[in-house]
This record gives sequence, structure tokens and C-alpha cells, in this order.
Amino acid sequence: MEQGTVLPLRARLNRAAYFLRLPRVSLGIGLVVVLLVLVSLPCLKLLAATLTWDAADVRLSPAARPGTLTLFHWARVFASNLSDAIFYRPLLRSLVTSVSIGLLAVGLGAGVAWLTTRTDLPGRRLVAALATVPYILPSYTYALAWLTLFRTQRLGGAAGLFRFLTGADPPEWLAYGFVPIVTTLTLHYAPFTYLLVAGALASVDAQLEEAGEVLGASRAMILGRITFPLVLPALLSGFILTFSRALGTFGTPYFLGAPVRYFTLPTTIYSSMVTRTFATGYIMAVVLIAVSALVIYANHRVLGTRKSFVTIGGKGFRAARIHLRSWRVPAALASWGLVLVAVVVPLVLLAWQTFMRYPDDYSLGNLTLHYWIGASDPQLAEGEMGILRNSGILGGAWNSLKLSVIVAAVGGMMGILVGYVVVGGRGGWLARLLEQQAFLPYLVPSIAFGALYLSIFARSVGPMPALYGTFLILVLACVAKNLPFSSRAGTSAMLQVAGELEEAAVVAGASWFRRFGRIVLPLSLRGSLAGFLLIFVTTMRELSLIILLVTPETRTLTTMTFRYTEQGYAQFADAIILLIVVLVLAGDLLARRLGRVELGT
Amino acid sequence: MRDDGLEVRGLSKRFGHVLAVANVSLEVPAGAFLTLLGPSGCGKTTLLRMLAGLEFPDSGLIRLGGRTVFSAQEGRLLPPGERGVGLVFQSYALWPHMTVFENMAFGLRVRRQNRTTIAEAVGRALAYMQLEGLEGRYPQELSGGQQQRVALARMLVAGPKVFLMDEPLSNLDARLRMDMRGELKRIHRDAGATTVYVTHDQAEALTMATHVAVMRAGRIEQVGSPREIYRRPASLFVADFVGSPGINRIAGRLAAEGAIAILETAVGRFPTTAPAVLAGREVVGAVRPEDLELSEPDSGHRVEVYAVLPTGGETVVQLRLGGERWSLKTSKEVAWEPGTWRGLTVPPHALLLYDREIGHLIHPAPAGSEGQARG
Repeated sequence: MEQGTVLPLRARLNRAAYFLRLPRVSLGIGLVVVLLVLVSLPCLKLLAATLTWDAADVRLSPAARPGTLTLFHWARVFASNLSDAIFYRPLLRSLVTSVSIGLLAVGLGAGVAWLTTRTDLPGRRLVAALATVPYILPSYTYALAWLTLFRTQRLGGAAGLFRFLTGADPPEWLAYGFVPIVTTLTLHYAPFTYLLVAGALASVDAQLEEAGEVLGASRAMILGRITFPLVLPALLSGFILTFSRALGTFGTPYFLGAPVRYFTLPTTIYSSMVTRTFATGYIMAVVLIAVSALVIYANHRVLGTRKSFVTIGGKGFRAARIHLRSWRVPAALASWGLVLVAVVVPLVLLAWQTFMRYPDDYSLGNLTLHYWIGASDPQLAEGEMGILRNSGILGGAWNSLKLSVIVAAVGGMMGILVGYVVVGGRGGWLARLLEQQAFLPYLVPSIAFGALYLSIFARSVGPMPALYGTFLILVLACVAKNLPFSSRAGTSAMLQVAGELEEAAVVAGASWFRRFGRIVLPLSLRGSLAGFLLIFVTTMRELSLIILLVTPETRTLTTMTFRYTEQGYAQFADAIILLIVVLVLAGDLLARRLGRVELGT
Repeated sequence: MRDDGLEVRGLSKRFGHVLAVANVSLEVPAGAFLTLLGPSGCGKTTLLRMLAGLEFPDSGLIRLGGRTVFSAQEGRLLPPGERGVGLVFQSYALWPHMTVFENMAFGLRVRRQNRTTIAEAVGRALAYMQLEGLEGRYPQELSGGQQQRVALARMLVAGPKVFLMDEPLSNLDARLRMDMRGELKRIHRDAGATTVYVTHDQAEALTMATHVAVMRAGRIEQVGSPREIYRRPASLFVADFVGSPGINRIAGRLAAEGAIAILETAVGRFPTTAPAVLAGREVVGAVRPEDLELSEPDSGHRVEVYAVLPTGGETVVQLRLGGERWSLKTSKEVAWEPGTWRGLTVPPHALLLYDREIGHLIHPAPAGSEGQARG
């Protein structure tokens, strides 16, 4: 019993059994295994698939021997006469568009953030309230609205409002390709930087600026030498995260780029999958993951040293608002115009389109409710019924709703469980392993994540049957992709629940299930509901992630928008996206309300 | 000894590289009120959590109420719920989503007691803790003192044989803390349960306990009755930690003078009751502030009055003795002006002598060998 005495084997075994029986340990191990299957394994399988001949590869090369190892695909992507067309050009375009979007979105978001938090901009409260809406909308909402405006007849299909008004097609650079992709995605992603910078500005003590003022610095000098460096970390994060998100987005570049063969990596991955050159697509997914991971790592490194800036000073006095004086009117017009363009115009355009009997006639006489509630009319859209009585579309809506609710519930619960293990075992190897695994999907762009799942679950793996075409694969993919968010939400909810509250129940003799069900879960649910709703919203608008995994039976509203757009039925596509917008805004509103209640108590 | 109190033998617990509890052994009889006293980070809370079963010791043995609840050697570990212990947390750990009644009923519901039994038991505990009428409230709706009572009542309802308390009074204000000390003593006496009480407040430890264990850096420095701990601290650490104002110290060397030893220091010679055989030892002399006597300047050691701090019933006088700052505590009226000189007398029987190197008490003889409590 002296310390250091070697314990008998039986005691050691008992000790090991004790630790394995600890709920936190067994649960943690279980979660690690689940995440291994959901996250790590697909990554490995994807890599393996890029090095293996596939059955479909016989078309590509006579040397293909399905199932055996090869470097053929890597060579084909990186160093063949096709490389330029299928890889380097899309890669370059992806990088150029994403960098442009990142820069513009940061400028726009930071500008609006500064105006609404630091100045006497008229109507700043409403601007602030509406500024986040574009980010809640599905990213390709803007692409569809853009098409409503600028669709050209030359590429087939009905022309947009521009031609209706002017009688001529808009120039192609305006209708498709780089300019519209960057413009629409900038509008969509700018609120992200807005949120980051507004938060940073709110935490910068106004006294820091006043100290400069007292020393006689000009306003420009204060902005440039004091405020700007203080929010620099937020700007940097905004750029990097926007960049990596834009890099993995599929819908917008597909709608606005593909018609003129302006391909980015995500759309190339998609066409690789469609043409069954899987390995090629997987290699591009690997490249996307690598770029994205590199950038996020860089962000981590840079922020590691500079993050501390934001917290200096903390929340001191209420920030004194800067008087814009002669800039007041121009700034107001600009920000109001921006809100109009970013929120009101696209939604009105989309709504208008859904009421148009013929898709290129924007006159009042062409208005109809046919695409919402009309019965089958063989003259219009091949006899498809209005979306509110169309069983196919309602089926898709049901799928979307089901998917979002299930993913929110399962993902949210998983987040809570991960949070439970991570918070309880803080610092332990199990907690760290779990945290890292849960973070991994963050590095993988959505379209690449879909490709991962296609690669591993298309065929049966061990005891698991082939999942391609099932609803389950959608659930798994969405749950896994949302893990970084859900587990962070779960962790912060768990941090609110002091460990002693559970220990009090341990001492009372309550079993783990009782403790968890009666104490831990009810207490952490309060803090997690907003998180659940955000997962619901994210899943509801998800396209890039599931586009490769959906089959006609499991189609969702988002993938139906995609199909209808492809087929040229803009009214249906736009009506469906409005449906999504309504559901998503409702979810977001509820989440905000809950969040506020949470903050209030 | 097959006693049904509390017995701990060779208990150790390591967190990473930190030895939180190092080979601790102690034993108290059933019904004792044991206080674990020490500065923060000394391992007292870890020790308590191991008693409760919330922490898995690395080695050693724990017996509670006549049962071995933990034995590293046998690989035996009783889960907390089966140890018959009740625990009051520093934060109270009242479940915020349950009413007072539900909080108190939880332990009984876990044990599948029927509705009427639960209602009766909870009702009794509510009445005992003077919480009637609050059973429908939520913890957030109660004052700090009421929350503390609910936490105690929740522990009492389940009828544990051993009470464990982790600094339960540290979140209360001074007045309420005084009231609750009395309350805790009453509960302990009525229930007769062995109680282990963790605190860093030496006054609290001395007023409540039948046994005090002073801990430092994971080890037990001394176990004894509050009086032994106060009057005869086994080490300089204990002597310093217990008592306010702190014990007065002076370094010196023992010299023989007839049959007894004299403490020779930079400021003068102090007679002791130690035998002359100790002559030559380098020691630290320590004396409690209330044992000092002050007289007219012509007798004793010359000291300068530095400050006089009356606190109502008693007065603390700060003195300068050579380079040392000493305190004297007296219940008499004091009319000395700062800056004046007085004579200081240290009664030989009040002078404790510690080894200067290792800080152990060498005279008077320590009350017992270290790490063992007497019943």
C-alpha cells in the first residue's frame, strides 16, 4: 500500500475495467469510432480510390485493370494533355474567383460593420438587422436572381429582364462567368465578415480611439492607425473563411459558369462524377481539401499570435458614435442601396418570375398563379402542376424538411455528446482526439465532402450495405459535415453545465442514463436549441454537399431547384427557392429569438 | 482496529506530473468531525473527492463506516452512490431546472422510494432546515443562505452515514457564515454522522472540528484536536497557517544554562523549558500573540510599539523587536502610543522550538507521531 508498490494483475484489470466502464470514457470511445467511420475513413478511402483502377476506367485506358493500384489518375490530372482543361484552368479560376470574393466580401462586410456600429448612419439599426439576411439565404439564390435579370437568349431558353427591357442580350461577361459569380457570391458571403468585424468593433474599447483623439490625431489617422489594426485579425479571419467557403461552393459557379464552360474545381468535380471518371473528381477533391486546409492552418498560425489584440481593453465604455457629417447622406444612400440590392431586389425578382406564365415576358398581363397552384396544363412546363399541389415537389419539400429535422436532431445530439466528453475530459487524449476528428470536416469543402461519401458508401463496406440512393447517406453526410459547428455548440452548452451538477447526482447514486437524461441533457438543451435551429437552416439550404448523393427518390428542394434550372423551368426553380427561403428565414428568426431569450436570462 | 469511522491508508493520487495527494494515512472514529485544512492546491479537495468516490485513487485504501470502499490492492472500488455518503459542494450544485422539492427528492427517487415516503422525508428535512414554504421555488429564486440550506437538506434527506462537505460556507458573507457554522454543528450532533469538512479557513476548522488534519502539498502535516493543532503545531508550516494574527517567530541558537536551554537570538536571550541537552541546535522560536506579555520599558526585551489595532473586544498591538515584526493580542485596554518603547516578556512555557532546517517541533515534545490521529 506504499506508493510505487506493483499492483497485482487482478487489481490492474479491475482498474482498466473501471475506466472503460466510466460513461465518459466508453461514450468517448464510441464517438471516436463513429467519427472514424463518418469522417476519417472516407478521407482515407478517397485517397485510396485515386490510386486504384475503377471498373469505369476501361473507357479511359486500355491498361486499366479494375481493382489494382495505379498512378494513372494522378498523372492524368496533373500531367497529361488534358490537365490544362480538366484541372489547371478550373483550379486557377477557383482560386481567382475565391480570392476576389474574399477581398470584396471583406471590404463590403467591414464597411457596413463600421458604418452600423461606429457611426451615426441613419437607419443603422435596420441595416444591421437586414445585413445578415444574405448569408442565411441559400448561396445560389443570387445566381438564380441574376439569371432572371441577365439570362441571354443566345444560349437557349428564355431571356431575362434585361433583354425584355432593352431588346438586346446583355454582354456575355455580364451574364455569365467571372463577374456574376464574384458579384453574387460576394453579396452572399459579405455578412460573414460583417458579423466578425461588427463583433470585433463592439469589443474594441472606444477609449482607445479617444486616447488618439486627445493626442490630436485626425479621424483618418485614428481609423488607420488604431481601429484598423485592432480589427485586423477579424478581417483576416473573414477573408480566409470566406475564401475557403467560396472555394467549395458548387451551385453558383454551376448556374452562372457552366453555361459558358467557365468551370471551377467544384463544377469540374461534379462533371467528373456525372461522367463517371470518379478518381479524377476525387483527386480534385483532395486538391480542394489541401488548399482549404492550408489556408485554415495559416489563419490559425496568424491568429495565434494576433488574436490577443481584440480582447485588449475588453468591453469598456459604450462606443462613441462618429459623426459622418457631409458623408452622412452618401453613406446612407450607399448602405440602403446595398440592402436593397442584396435583400429586396433578388427576392422580388425571383417572386416576380414565379408569377410569369411565359418566362421571358415581364409585363403585367403575363402574370399568373399557375406555377404555384395551377392544375396540369400541357401547354406549360410539360403539364407539371403548380408547386403547392405538385406531389413531386411536395415530396421533395417533405424530404428537405425530414432531412433538416433529422440532421438537426441527430447532429445536435451528437454535438452535445461530443461536448460532454470533451468538456468532461478536458485535456485528456480522448477528448483531444474527439475534438480533432469533429473539426476535420471543417477542412473539407462541401462538394469534396459529398465526393468522399460517394466514394466510400457507394458500395457495401464490411457489414454496411451500399448506401448510395438511400436517405440515410444524406443524413450521415449532413450530420458529419455539420459536426464542427454542432460539436462546438454542444461544447459551449456543456461548459454552462457545471460538472458538480452531474457529480451531485453521482453521489445520489443515479445511473448514467438517469443523470444524463434528468440533469445534463435538460440543462444543456437550453443552450443548444439555437444551435439545433442553425443546423436545421444549414441543411435546409444545402446543395453542394448533397448534389452528388441525391437520387430521384431522395431529392430535396435544393436539388429540385437545381434540376428545374437545368431544364429551363425558371418559375418552378424560383418558386421552390422562395419556399426554401421562407423555411430558412423562419428557422433563423426562431433561432435568434431563442438566442435572445437565452441571453436575457 | 475495526472501527466504523473513517480510515485512509497510503492514499495517493497523481494528475499528470502533479502528485495531488501523496501517501496520506489517517483515521478518525465514527461520529468525528474531521476538518481537512490547508491552502488552496494542497490536495484537500482531491482527498475529499476520493472519499466520495468521484476520483479514482492511484493507490491505497479507504474504509468508510466499517466497509472497504476502495482498495487498490484488491482492485475494489465502490461507486459513490453505494458508499452511503452525502456531499455538499462549494457551489451547492443545486439543479437549476428542478424545484427545491425535486432537488431534495432526487436521491430518494433514484432509490425507487414510493411517493408518500419521499414526501414525508422531504417534508421532515424542509422543516428541520427551516425551509418550509420554499419547496416549490427554483434555486435561482432563493438567497445564498437559503440555497446553502437546501444543499444541506438535499444531503440529509438521503440519510447518509458520512457527511462530506467541500468549503460549503465560502460563498456566504461573514455574518451568515457565522450562523451556518452553528447550524452545521447542530446537524452534525443531531445526525451523529462522521463528517469530513474541507476548508482553507483556519478559524472555521478550529471552531467546528473534533479532529483537524492540516495538509500541505498533498501530505498531511499534522492531525490532532483543534487545541493540539493550535497550541502545539507539529511544524512551522502548521504554526504559521493556524492562528490570526500569525504566530511570532524568531531564529536563534540554543545554549545551556544550568539544566535548561536558553534561546540566544540577535535581539536577546529567551529562557525556555527545554532541557540543556538541546544546546547547540539551530532553532526557530515561535510564540502565539496572546501569550506575550508587555510591561514597563525597564523589564524584559525592549520593543517599539509600531501600531495599535483595537477590534472591539480585543486589541492587536504590532511591535518591532529588532528587525522582526511581532503581534501581541490582549483583551485589556491598551493606551500605548506608537513609537514608544516597552518591555516584552515571553513566558518560557509558551515558547515553541522548531528545528530551523526541517521545521519540525522539537520542544515541547510533539503531541504524537505525525500522520496519526487519536480517537
